[in-house]
Amino acid sequence: MSPALAAALQLALVVAVLAVLYVPLGDHMARTYTSRTHLRVERIGYRMVRVDPDADQSWKAYAASVLAFTLVSILGLYLLQRVQGVLPLSNGLAGVSPSVAFNTAISFATNTNWQSYVPETTMGHLTQMIGLTVQNFLSASVGMAVAVALIRGIVAVRGGGLGNFWVDLTRGVVRILLPLSIIVAIILLTQGVIMSLHTSFTATGLDGSTSAYALAPVASQEAIKELGTNGGGVLNTNSAHPFENPTPLSNVVEVIALLLIPVCLTRTFGTMVRDRRQGTVLLAVMGALWAAQLAVGLWAESSPHGVAAQAAGAMLEGKEVRFGIPSSVLFAVSTTGTSTGAVNSMHDSYTGLGGGGLLLNMLFGEIAPGGVGSGLFGILVLAVIAVFVGGLLVGRTPEYLGKKIGRREITMAALSILVMPALVLICTAVAVVLPSTSGALGNSGDPGTPGAIHGFSEVLYAFASAANNNGSAFAGITVTNDFFQIALGLAMLLGRLLPIVFILALAGSLAEQTPTPASTGTLPTRGVQFGVLLVGVVILVAALTFFPALALGPIAEALV
Amino acid sequence: MRSLLRPLGGAIRVLLLFTVVCGLVYPLAIWSVSRIGTASAEGSPLQDSAGCVVGSDLIGVDPQVAAGDPDPFFHLRLDGDPTADDPVAGAMTPGDPAAADANDAGPNNETLLEFVQIRREVIAAREGVDPGQVPPDAVTGSGSSVDPAISPAYAELQVPRVARESGLSADAVRHLVAEHTEGRQWGFLGEPRVDVPALNVALGLTAPGCRTPAG
Repeated sequence: MSPALAAALQLALVVAVLAVLYVPLGDHMARTYTSRTHLRVERIGYRMVRVDPDADQSWKAYAASVLAFTLVSILGLYLLQRVQGVLPLSNGLAGVSPSVAFNTAISFATNTNWQSYVPETTMGHLTQMIGLTVQNFLSASVGMAVAVALIRGIVAVRGGGLGNFWVDLTRGVVRILLPLSIIVAIILLTQGVIMSLHTSFTATGLDGSTSAYALAPVASQEAIKELGTNGGGVLNTNSAHPFENPTPLSNVVEVIALLLIPVCLTRTFGTMVRDRRQGTVLLAVMGALWAAQLAVGLWAESSPHGVAAQAAGAMLEGKEVRFGIPSSVLFAVSTTGTSTGAVNSMHDSYTGLGGGGLLLNMLFGEIAPGGVGSGLFGILVLAVIAVFVGGLLVGRTPEYLGKKIGRREITMAALSILVMPALVLICTAVAVVLPSTSGALGNSGDPGTPGAIHGFSEVLYAFASAANNNGSAFAGITVTNDFFQIALGLAMLLGRLLPIVFILALAGSLAEQTPTPASTGTLPTRGVQFGVLLVGVVILVAALTFFPALALGPIAEALV
Repeated sequence: MRSLLRPLGGAIRVLLLFTVVCGLVYPLAIWSVSRIGTASAEGSPLQDSAGCVVGSDLIGVDPQVAAGDPDPFFHLRLDGDPTADDPVAGAMTPGDPAAADANDAGPNNETLLEFVQIRREVIAAREGVDPGQVPPDAVTGSGSSVDPAISPAYAELQVPRVARESGLSADAVRHLVAEHTEGRQWGFLGEPRVDVPALNVALGLTAPGCRTPAG
């Protein structure tokens, strides 16, 4: 079979599995968040934690719950890492240093899963399980809860609250993430993903040298790592490591798992607003961006560019032989488009164009198709902006699904999309003028050389990844100095929580409105015309904001 | 501020409850399932004919051969150590399965360029071929740094030397390579490849100095 045909069939398989699951999973999620009945096990849980599951929360109460929960998660994870040395199942590892623990606690509680540490030599099995795995579930469920709250604000008929955060959080875990994780973990086990409570095994190689082979409880976390678009590896080389991703089949399962919920949430949206074509439009926009990025990435990586790559003869540095280029690019585009940040190949070693595409995928604001929940609320905000811009262009009333986009709504939408660019550009600017940064770069050189350009890309990529809660890296950069630990930590925290607060405020203000029926003056928000407008807004916002920065990095590298 | 403080108690209790459910019950349930295939869940250890654990079926660590010693191994992809004093030793460094770490060298990286050139020359000399014949996977570092697979082209390149050094016929070695060559999974997933750790064991090689077979 020709390589091109095999790659095409693999793509077809991914799309086919997503298509088959789209309706059942999308509607299951819609039922999950609209059902009035609690499962018996959920009732027991609510009683144990003394939460009233039938209390409706205003947007402020909902936001306060999200903030309080994220804060508690960060503090809890920080403490757990600091004291792991005295806990069992810690592989004899000491407590994690304050700066790494600070950065990692924020990273996992914000669904970023940026890693400034080598897990094998830093995190004990207990920390992985009761700290990192737990946040893999909870941060993902928080994202879905916020997306659902925004949908409730859109469909609210006469005021009322946005639902109950604790119920949404619980149902997301119990009814969606846990069942899917069990299925995916078992599939991964059949492919050879490890699931061990031992620290390592020792082997005397055929050459007589002795090596320790690190082991860890991987399969359970690997499943939610992809399904929750988290991305933090239990092992340092993440999904490139054969113990996390041993076969081409496990690879395609991981790709499907990380795309699954963000894709199906567009169906959930269409079902909940009782107009499925509204969801289809969003899916089409996500799919178009994903497909375009994939095409560019495959083309860029198919021939070597750069002196080292040309000397090697193919873009295989940082890629595994069992995956080759097509399966590596498919993973890379999907992981950067979903705010996952898991990697099965090293993005730092991609061509200027290929790596730049991955960077741009994050700078779109993680909407192709975006993270679990965050992708949907991200694209809904952009849809509100598109409606507003469209309204200004043709003189129609800006309204979305019967709700007027007035001053308050557009202010909140605009604030929410301004957070990420502000964080990325300010932090990158500060980082590149600090003298300590040049020593932290994995790729550098005299000013103007491709090496120096690539070093700049490493910094830009790091803050784009943090502020978008992605977590992948141009990992040649060493981010363990205090500046990077703190700046990246704050970028992750603000990049997550500020947009969430603005989006819940937007949801609150939409909920207060009584829907107005569509008139001839209404810009239709389903169909090709609106889809094209939305793609235009996405690209325009990213291009206007980031073109100068991209020109100094990947664009320059692609042209030299 | 009070509205922010009020949910804190609930947040702590919810976090604790889910810590038990998602952090203990769920992983231990998956661990229990994994006991059905304990060997693969414990890292697919690979044993030589004497019963010694020599590595993992899934993990590639390039065998090291001192200058002048016989070299009957199929060699794997390399990691590279940019901090090494000797550039040749740096270029030829294998990955470490205790804490695997990739190089993250960009396509214009000068150290990577040097590594690629050194590997091409060292491998060409080792196999007695023209440097232009050394395939790309042989001169590049992998993503995991412990890639267990090489391309069929790189395996074929090594057959004559392995046959000579191991005392097997080239046909017998080629037959073993074919046995350890995997096509695309399901016919279209991934790339054709040769699984080297198991292939080296199949050559009949054993771990020197190993006296404690796996229990």
